[in-house]
Order: sequence, then structure tokens, then C-alpha cells
Amino acid sequence: MSADTHHDHGHAPGAHGHDPHDNAHGHGHSSEGAHGSRKDYLIGFVLSVILTAIPFGLVMSGVIADPRITAGIIMVFALVQIVVHMIYFLHMNAKSEQGWTLMALIFTIIVLTICLAGSMWVMYHMNLNMMPNMGGDASAM
Amino acid sequence: MSEATIPPGTQAPVFYETDEHHHDAGGSTMLGFWLYLMSDCLIFAMLFAAYGVYGGSYAGGPQPHEIFELPLVALNTSMLLLSSITYGFAMLAMNDGKVRAVQGWLAITGLFGLAFLSIELYEFSTLIQEGAGPQRSAFLSSFFTLVGTHGLHVTFGIIWLVTLMVQVGRKGLIAANQRRLQCLSLFWHFLDVIWIGVFTFVYLLGVLR
Repeated sequence: MSADTHHDHGHAPGAHGHDPHDNAHGHGHSSEGAHGSRKDYLIGFVLSVILTAIPFGLVMSGVIADPRITAGIIMVFALVQIVVHMIYFLHMNAKSEQGWTLMALIFTIIVLTICLAGSMWVMYHMNLNMMPNMGGDASAM
Repeated sequence: MSEATIPPGTQAPVFYETDEHHHDAGGSTMLGFWLYLMSDCLIFAMLFAAYGVYGGSYAGGPQPHEIFELPLVALNTSMLLLSSITYGFAMLAMNDGKVRAVQGWLAITGLFGLAFLSIELYEFSTLIQEGAGPQRSAFLSSFFTLVGTHGLHVTFGIIWLVTLMVQVGRKGLIAANQRRLQCLSLFWHFLDVIWIGVFTFVYLLGVLR
């Protein structure tokens, strides 16, 4: 609260009073660059609508007979849409915060991939190896 | 040598450090918030992994294609997507310094968020009434945990959004409020990214399975 009022006194118009200060330092540029333009948001929105509508349409209409092909297609659409959101809505780029946001993102994706793929792989194989015994127990119950 | 360098050398850098520290107070917030979002992302990754492992354990109970209503999910998805673009418009209004426009777009974003939550709660209550509650099977437990955690995030996002509407109304678009709006922007768009994973891997792939 006290910090807010202090800022308020220092720069009465708020946004406009602060800008030159940031630019003079050069550091402030990273947070300034985090804004997207109206065009960015609209491109992102239109792409997202298309990338959402097609998977829903494919699954709800059942155009493609083989569900595995449909599954592959909608997963690709999801990945593309996540990238679209990252670029147009979250304004990811290699320069913001001197590249640290991108570094954090890449690190997260690596950990995420290891955890997801590892869990699925381990549990799938465990299920596979346990199946005969577990199946026998289940039928006996 | 040490006599000559220490007295002036220790004094001078102090001023540079304090100056930089003062400036970084706002700049590091965005990076710090981004790191929080990445850790939140890992929470969701674990919930997705749990769903991936348990998603096929029906325990003789209902299966995804029997209980998921895709038209409802499509409506829900569009609510969240619309709230994303309206939040974007709020950020653009913030850049132009228009307080009323920011509040207006935030209010619309909040309403879309509430619509999303209402549809999700309706879906949950329908499922529980049908006997497909979280206790029914491992599949449903992991489903309710994953989708419910996302819903909780949206709930807190709406509370945060209303708080910021009040703050912007009282103090205007000061630097601190701009920073908060940017943080919530990241949070809100991040929730939409998580929802892409939810509707693809849980609902669409669930119905295909």
C-alpha cells in the first residue's frame, strides 16, 4: 500500500511518467516488449479458433474411420495451438528478460517430457508384466 | 597495495548496486511470476501423468465416451478462448492508459470466466448425479483431480481479476497495477494453454478411446 502511494506521488500520470525512466535504463525494455499489439491478439485468436474447431469437428463428426489417425492429428493440433498461445498471448520470445523466460520454459519442457513419458512408459510396462497375475486374482474374486 | 585500493574501492560500487536493485524491483517480478507458472505447469504435468496412467482404469464403471458431452466441452472451450482475447483487449487498453476500458474488458473477461466455471460445475454435478463421481473409479478420480485443479485456478484467477478491477479503480493505472495486470495476463493465458491439453488429451482422446 505505502509503495503504491509513493509511486503515485512520484509519477502522477502513472504510465507515461514511468516510460522514459525505463527506456533510459534499458532494463525496462524487456517488460515493455511483453505487450502484444492488437494485430498479435487477433491473429492468435483466429488461429486458436481454427485449431480448436478442427479437432472438435474431426472427433464429433467421426470423418476419419481410424481413431488412431484422428488421435494423432488432434495431438498435433494441440501442440501447434500451445505454440500459438505462447507466441501471440504469452508473448514468448528469445529476448524477454534476457532470454531467461525461454530458458525456464525449455527446462520445464524437458522435466515435463521426462515425467510424462517416464510415468507412462514405466506404468505401461508394469501393467504389462503384472497383467497375468492380477488378471488371475480378479477372475478369482 | 592494499592500503591504496581498499578505502576508495569499497565505497564506490555501493551506489551502483543500490541503483540497480531499486530498478529491478519491477523487472524481476515478471521473471519470478513466469518461474511460478513453470512450477504450476509441472503440477499439471503430474496430474496429466496420473490421468494418463489411470485413464484406462474404469473399474467396471462408466467409460469416457459414455459420460463426456463434447458439445458442452466445445462451449466451455470457446468461453475460455473468448476470455483470453478479451483479457488481451484489457492489456491493450492498459497500454493506451484508458482506465474505464481496462475495467470494462476485465469485467467481460470475468464474466466469460464465470460462464466457464458454471458450465464446468454443471458438468461435474451431472456426472456425480449419474453415479460417475470421483469415488467411482481411478479414471474418474484422476479426471476430477485434473479438471478440478484447473477449475480452482480459474476461480482464483477471477478473484484476482476482481481485486485488480477495484485496485485500478482506486489508484488508476500506476506502475504497480500495470505489473499486476501483466502477471494476471500471464496467469490467465497460461490457464488457457493448460485447457488445450485438457480438452485434447482428456475429452477428445477420451471419446476416441
